[in-house]
Amino acid sequence: MNQGKEAWGTRAGVILAVAGSAVGLGNFLRFPGKAAQYEGGAFMIPYFVALFLLGLPIAWVEWALGRYGGARGYNSLPGIFRVVWRNKLSPYLGALGVLIPVAIYMYYVYIEGWCLGYAWKFAAGQMALGPEQSAYGTFFSNFVGLNSHGAAYDFTTIHFADSALFFLGICFVLNFVLIYRGLSKGIEWFCKWAMPALVVCALIVLARVLTLGTPDPAKPDQNVLNGLGFMWNLGWGGKTIWQQLGNAQMWLEAAGQIFFSLSVGFGIICCYASYLKPNDDIALSSVTAAAGNEFCEVALGGLITVPAAFVFLGTVGVIAATKSTFNLGFVTLPMVFNTMPLGQFVGAVFFFLLFLAALTSSVSMLQPAIALLEEGLGLGRRASVSLLGFITAAGSAFVVYFSKDVIALDTMDFWVGSVCIYILATIEVLLFGWVMGIEKGYQELERGAEIRIPKFVMYIIKYVAPLYLFIVFAVWLRQTAGAYVQKIGHDPVVAMTVGFIVLVLVLAILLTAQSVRRWNRIHPLQKENGT
Amino acid sequence: MNLGGWIIMIVSVGFVTIFLGWCIYRVVREPEAPQKLHAQAEIDTKDQD
Repeated sequence: MNQGKEAWGTRAGVILAVAGSAVGLGNFLRFPGKAAQYEGGAFMIPYFVALFLLGLPIAWVEWALGRYGGARGYNSLPGIFRVVWRNKLSPYLGALGVLIPVAIYMYYVYIEGWCLGYAWKFAAGQMALGPEQSAYGTFFSNFVGLNSHGAAYDFTTIHFADSALFFLGICFVLNFVLIYRGLSKGIEWFCKWAMPALVVCALIVLARVLTLGTPDPAKPDQNVLNGLGFMWNLGWGGKTIWQQLGNAQMWLEAAGQIFFSLSVGFGIICCYASYLKPNDDIALSSVTAAAGNEFCEVALGGLITVPAAFVFLGTVGVIAATKSTFNLGFVTLPMVFNTMPLGQFVGAVFFFLLFLAALTSSVSMLQPAIALLEEGLGLGRRASVSLLGFITAAGSAFVVYFSKDVIALDTMDFWVGSVCIYILATIEVLLFGWVMGIEKGYQELERGAEIRIPKFVMYIIKYVAPLYLFIVFAVWLRQTAGAYVQKIGHDPVVAMTVGFIVLVLVLAILLTAQSVRRWNRIHPLQKENGT
Repeated sequence: MNLGGWIIMIVSVGFVTIFLGWCIYRVVREPEAPQKLHAQAEIDTKDQD
């Protein structure tokens, strides 16, 4: 058990840390891509419905479960689940809350390295690759090692200091320095300046994009207004708004976007909220963190990425670019920035903004595992950081080595970054709504609350959210899982990646088992108020 | 950009901006939490009477 040494310094700090965890690459690359892909402005209707029916209720659940566990001395998800559901199985369900952030960190930090690398290369003037998009595709392939496994470790064609591995190393060190400094002096301190800096960077890029006008007089249709129209217009392709809203796939994608964007189902918010004091507000804090994420996603991401790409590529080019997040972010946009006036500066600022967004997210992924190592095994900060550093370095080395077509990264993202997240979110909602119960859950949410949460939200959490999650998950699995399951049998790298994930899961379960033995010895659970 | 596009963009961007502004206003309006003692009656005075 944690001895209560770690705590947030300020309320603004915890809100910025949670918002920082949520704001990531998805806000600036995935969201605009999805909105442009699915019926433009009509996408926003299911998007906001999902925000209120799925996103905010699950965020409240995570904050409430976390503060409840923290008040009883636990900061890791296995410990929190142990006091929420006094059952032998519950801590092992919480092991997912260790696996998910750690496994996602292993590949996310590599992408973070790409962002830092691109920011540096733009700033140093090394990204002037001409007007042809293929040059940027070739650069991205060589930088990341898309052509063959092990290519990212081959320094015969690229100098080490120019390689993605070098920038990955910098990001890795930064993350672990921050996590070693602790919750308040590391994560909170960093997020308190990184989040405002991120917004300032985004506003600079936004100002540039909105003043682009019609850069090529020979193509008068490719102007900013039409770019905004491509992103926001209702009534695409002669369809009415009602026909657009009849697209079931769009409702699923909008729900998925809200779900991933708010970082619910990772176990991170639970862990962060566990460091609050028992009477600290969570109702308003959680909404504020979610609002910060939505502002970055809709007001900044929604006005930057697609309009900028449209102005230089036109309708056909943007439709092709938005089919792949990596293609949009690391091939199309660099070309777009290089084509626009002040592009070198804007490109550097944009990729630095992506780097900050990624770093505030990746550092949050380490804290749940650190919490378990410290309170479960009784390790000190130095030992737990060293052990986690070794495990995540091994995972990142695996992802970087199997870089051909980013196959290892894609496989981990599917099984952990999607499947496991849905499962954990469903477990959390069921624990809150059905095990803790909506009466006790509502009391927990209301304690110290500075805004009043309507009582019907409890019924949404108990009935609507699990059903919504189940339907979205089932349909999504039906559409995508078949191909991923088949790949396990056909591609040895995919099989190895899945094996690696299982290995990390087994490690998380073993750590949980050892922690439970320790907790049972130090602090056995009691039937009633076993705190 | 058509009228529907303008409406959906202004409503969406306006909503998230006002939503964030309202949240920040509510957060800064309230004092920091440590001194928040909700119920004086919860303080145990060790009074035996």
